[in-house]
Amino acid sequence: MFEPLVRRGRLFAAAGLILFGLAAPLAAHAANFADAVNRLGSDGFAEKSTAIDEVSASGHPRAVEILVAMKEGRLYVRLADNVVVIGEEAAGAINAALAATGEDLGPLAAAAVSQIVVNNRLRAKLESAASRQSVIAGDATGRRKAAEALLKAPIPAAASMLRDALAKETDVAAKTALGLALAAVELSDPEPARRLAALAQFGKTSNPQVKNLIQARMALETDETVRAALAGALQGIEKRLALYNIALNLFQGISLGSVLLLAALGLAITFGVMGVINMAHGEMIMLGAYTAYGVQEIFRAFAPAAVDWYLPVAVPAAFLVAGAAGILIERTVIRWLYGRPLETLLATWGLSLILQQLVRTIFGAPNKEVANPAWMTGGIELAGGIFLAHNRIIIIVFCLAMLGVLAVAIRYSRFGLEMRAVTQNRAMADSMGIATGRIDALTFGLGSGLAGMAGVALSQIGNVSPNLGQIYIIDSFMVVVFGGVGSLWGTLVGAMSLGLVNKFLEPYAGAVLGKILVLVAIILFIQYRPRGLFALKGRAVEN
Amino acid sequence: MSPAAHAPLAGAIAHQPTAALHAQPARKDTILYLDGVSVSFDGFRVLNDLSLYVLAGGLRAIIGPNGAGKTTMMDVITGKTKPDAGEIYFDGNIDLIALDETHIANLGIGRKFQKPTVFENHTVFENLELALKGGRDAFASLFFRLGGEQRARIGEVLETVALADRRFRIAGDLSHGQKQWLEIGMLLMQDPELMLIDEPVAGMTDAETEETASLLKEIAKTRSVVVVEHDMDFIRALDCRVTVLHEGSVLAEGSLDAVQANERVVEVYLGR
Amino acid sequence: MNRISPLAFLTESRAALVTLGLLVAAAAIVPVLNLMVPVGSPFHVPTWMVTLLGKYLTYALLALSVDLIWGFCGILSLGHGAFFALGGYAMGMYLMRQIGERGVYKHPVLPDFIVFLNWKDLPWYWHGFDIFPVALLMVILVPGALAFAFGWFAFHSRVTGVYLSIITQALTFALMLAFFRNDMGFGGNNGLTDFKDMLGFNLQADGTRVALFVASAVALAAGYVVCRFIVASRLGRVLIAIRDAESRTRFLGYRVEHYMLFVFVVSAVLAGVAGALYVPQVGIINPSEFSPANSIEIVIWVAVGGRGSLHGAILGAILVNYAKTYFTGALPEAWLYVLGGLFIVVTLFLPKGIVGSIPAFAARDFSLFGHRFGSAKTGARP
Repeated sequence: MFEPLVRRGRLFAAAGLILFGLAAPLAAHAANFADAVNRLGSDGFAEKSTAIDEVSASGHPRAVEILVAMKEGRLYVRLADNVVVIGEEAAGAINAALAATGEDLGPLAAAAVSQIVVNNRLRAKLESAASRQSVIAGDATGRRKAAEALLKAPIPAAASMLRDALAKETDVAAKTALGLALAAVELSDPEPARRLAALAQFGKTSNPQVKNLIQARMALETDETVRAALAGALQGIEKRLALYNIALNLFQGISLGSVLLLAALGLAITFGVMGVINMAHGEMIMLGAYTAYGVQEIFRAFAPAAVDWYLPVAVPAAFLVAGAAGILIERTVIRWLYGRPLETLLATWGLSLILQQLVRTIFGAPNKEVANPAWMTGGIELAGGIFLAHNRIIIIVFCLAMLGVLAVAIRYSRFGLEMRAVTQNRAMADSMGIATGRIDALTFGLGSGLAGMAGVALSQIGNVSPNLGQIYIIDSFMVVVFGGVGSLWGTLVGAMSLGLVNKFLEPYAGAVLGKILVLVAIILFIQYRPRGLFALKGRAVEN
Repeated sequence: MSPAAHAPLAGAIAHQPTAALHAQPARKDTILYLDGVSVSFDGFRVLNDLSLYVLAGGLRAIIGPNGAGKTTMMDVITGKTKPDAGEIYFDGNIDLIALDETHIANLGIGRKFQKPTVFENHTVFENLELALKGGRDAFASLFFRLGGEQRARIGEVLETVALADRRFRIAGDLSHGQKQWLEIGMLLMQDPELMLIDEPVAGMTDAETEETASLLKEIAKTRSVVVVEHDMDFIRALDCRVTVLHEGSVLAEGSLDAVQANERVVEVYLGR
Repeated sequence: MNRISPLAFLTESRAALVTLGLLVAAAAIVPVLNLMVPVGSPFHVPTWMVTLLGKYLTYALLALSVDLIWGFCGILSLGHGAFFALGGYAMGMYLMRQIGERGVYKHPVLPDFIVFLNWKDLPWYWHGFDIFPVALLMVILVPGALAFAFGWFAFHSRVTGVYLSIITQALTFALMLAFFRNDMGFGGNNGLTDFKDMLGFNLQADGTRVALFVASAVALAAGYVVCRFIVASRLGRVLIAIRDAESRTRFLGYRVEHYMLFVFVVSAVLAGVAGALYVPQVGIINPSEFSPANSIEIVIWVAVGGRGSLHGAILGAILVNYAKTYFTGALPEAWLYVLGGLFIVVTLFLPKGIVGSIPAFAARDFSLFGHRFGSAKTGARP
């Protein structure tokens, strides 16, 4: 459908060229620009390519807008006169403006215009041309982005323009980016001295793009001095990249560690303090995650405007739901099984199966979507391509806060005191008037409630499904056993070290093999220290 | 803080009154030799530079208030707990520090627990049969057949501990006192050179206590026996040398009368 | 009284005689009812049912292996499914090699998934599995060796109780993750399947199915005899002593870790044999057999039947699996409630299982001295 129209366009474009060629010298610049713009609507890709070069070389303030429009498919040829317009589709018509001047043309019938098509090669060219343009014409962010795009694919022709732009640039970030882009161009300068200077210009950057550029240059370079300098620069970058990589692994490891800590914290209470092997611990996490889902749905239904703030409600709600479930379980099942850890393990496994199936019956088997609130999306971008996602950071903070509150509560609250009393000497606590049964139930409720809160956090970074708990149960036990039963400090250290080891192994072994290695390492570690990293000693512990 | 740092000073003053009773025999003459043994749990020093020497043959009673470290001392001798410092020798020349419970038991040290511990799901006969000396190899035990002589020995011990008529009872069904005796019977089956007996008469009637005392005296004729007990009447009935433990070390040693007359012992017991 | 027949460990136990009698009867009657009785007859046992029963028998053998260590020695392994699966994989590898050119890619040596992985040669550990006796040896050796290595470390370090349970669970979980990897060369996610024949007999044929059933019954009977021999020996009494009072046993001079290791390895081998018989009957083995949930399920079979009673374990495995077959067919939604409920009800109300609680099943166990050998008293460990 386009073909005949476009072919006709070429004829007229040729005519236009002659016309504009006759124009007065003063108007020549503008006329040349308008001509080049109109030739963007040429029939052949080769002609379009030449026109793109001319438009971008013109340095005209409108050039960027035009090139971007072309790339995005918003550039049209007006069939009546083959003039190129920028159009916005609106209700069957096209709101058009003259491309070269920006003069508003009002709505045109869709049939009156023909969209200018581009192929992939042209799209790449447009991108680079547009960025070259915005180096000069864009705002500070635009200039920086454009410079970064140029760094990816340096164009030798852009050198002088970049030099000018650099001289004028005031924004620091943009200036750095421009400097890198210029250096990237000059890296293939025929003059070895220039190349060396460019290399020096890269300085202490750790940009992976620069690394690629240097590697590419390395393959072509013939000058020995430059080669040596290139090799040195490459080494420097690799070193810095390795450092950033370690920093990234550190962050990811701590992030994973905080997830493990969240999952294990409740267990550190129920298993660590009470000695109850609660195989339904994972299901308490799952209940917390479903509570988050429920609260989100309630907000969506009744307070859609405040939906971003469902989390502050979901966290205590999850604590209450899972905590209540925990108390119910303790009173009905676990309390009959104290002192029989293996039986407790089996009974709570049964509970876990029932809870999973119950949730499956109520909510269905497929995953439920729990959305990040707006304030949890996005993240902080650091040098070297390190991205710290907000939700990860918030989870790290949340889990450390939980740990802190828990430690303080156990240490200083009345309940914490009674809890420790019961676990250390039940008979004595009983005779001193502590309601041991109530303390047992509340302690178990606390552990379960913590798991529920963990579930809310985990719903922010993964799927919410009936078998959510199963994903975490083995890991949580590993954390507690590794860290040392009965020690919150051990749980923290255990979770963080497992998280870090996992993330540092991942690049070498892959995620699955890394996990296997960690499991095997823990199995071996338990042989060496059967009571974990921070083991309690003494006669009382052995019975 | 370290024991070595303050030991000379404190030891010189505190241990002076008992110095005569505390004379150190030559190691080769002892059946049990503990020298400077210390154990701490989580910073709490349960055994504090404990030195105890038991000569071969006869009875030795060990008394002391709760928390004096009596059971921990047993744990250290039998290999259940490793001491932080000190030397432990059995029979004058066998270093026990590096050995585990099994090894130590097979050297000829038998132990009765504070809480009577028998195999509750086995019969009295089976309990004794399991304690029978020798035949500890796992694979050999698969094809083990009880010989006539061994059967006779079990019968003998059943008579000694007065459980012959209950030989086919499940041990879990025995009374507390009977379990204590069964455990002593198991020790006899082991035929150890040294028997460590932790609170043998807890929960026994006076008559049973008396019988136990005479039983232990009888046993001590052929081997060394160390008894830990609270019951002073029982200790008196044993009529042997007494060692008083306090806060992880030896406070006094001598005959029961001498020990009871010791001012520091009185102080510790009465909390003056 | 001193002259005891070498078979006394069987002949003096009513439970043993009844159990073996029933197994022999099943091995004799089921083939007749399947092969000799015409299809229309009400007495005809269809082939699918023969296979189902055969599967139950392999589960019973697996339950027996768990009961041997848990019921008699107090070692609660939550990873016994791993030994079962390893035995199964060893058999599966033999069956894969038997496929030969009948695979999708028609490669004379390489199984399909290896061709699919673009591997040019058979991995070294696949060699020899085309020879049946080698495969059988591996069925025993691989689970046995793993159990030996694992047990040697764990028991020497005195890892017991829940700690042992948790690390056995970690073990099977790690193995599951490993077998899910394609690079392991065991078919990854899909595992090993599409078997054609075994020792030259078509696996789909009625005769082969019946033979596998009989083999399962014989293996179960043999496993039962081995277990009974062990528990009736002095070694068995030491195991119970360890279960009830581990320190006491040590202070008597027994090297507890050797006893535990011995029985753990025997148990793993039994589980491996069960897995090897299971795979040709169900026609597939994949990594999900390693899942921790499977291993815990075995424990409930034993608990339902009666921990510490060998015939109880067999009974429990068959009953629970029959219930599973019934529910997953009739009321699939309800099965997990039933299974979960079983875990709770049995631990709370039936700690001795069916055999310990229902007199009709409580055939007396055996002791060399003609007196109660001791059905398990749960939770007696200090």
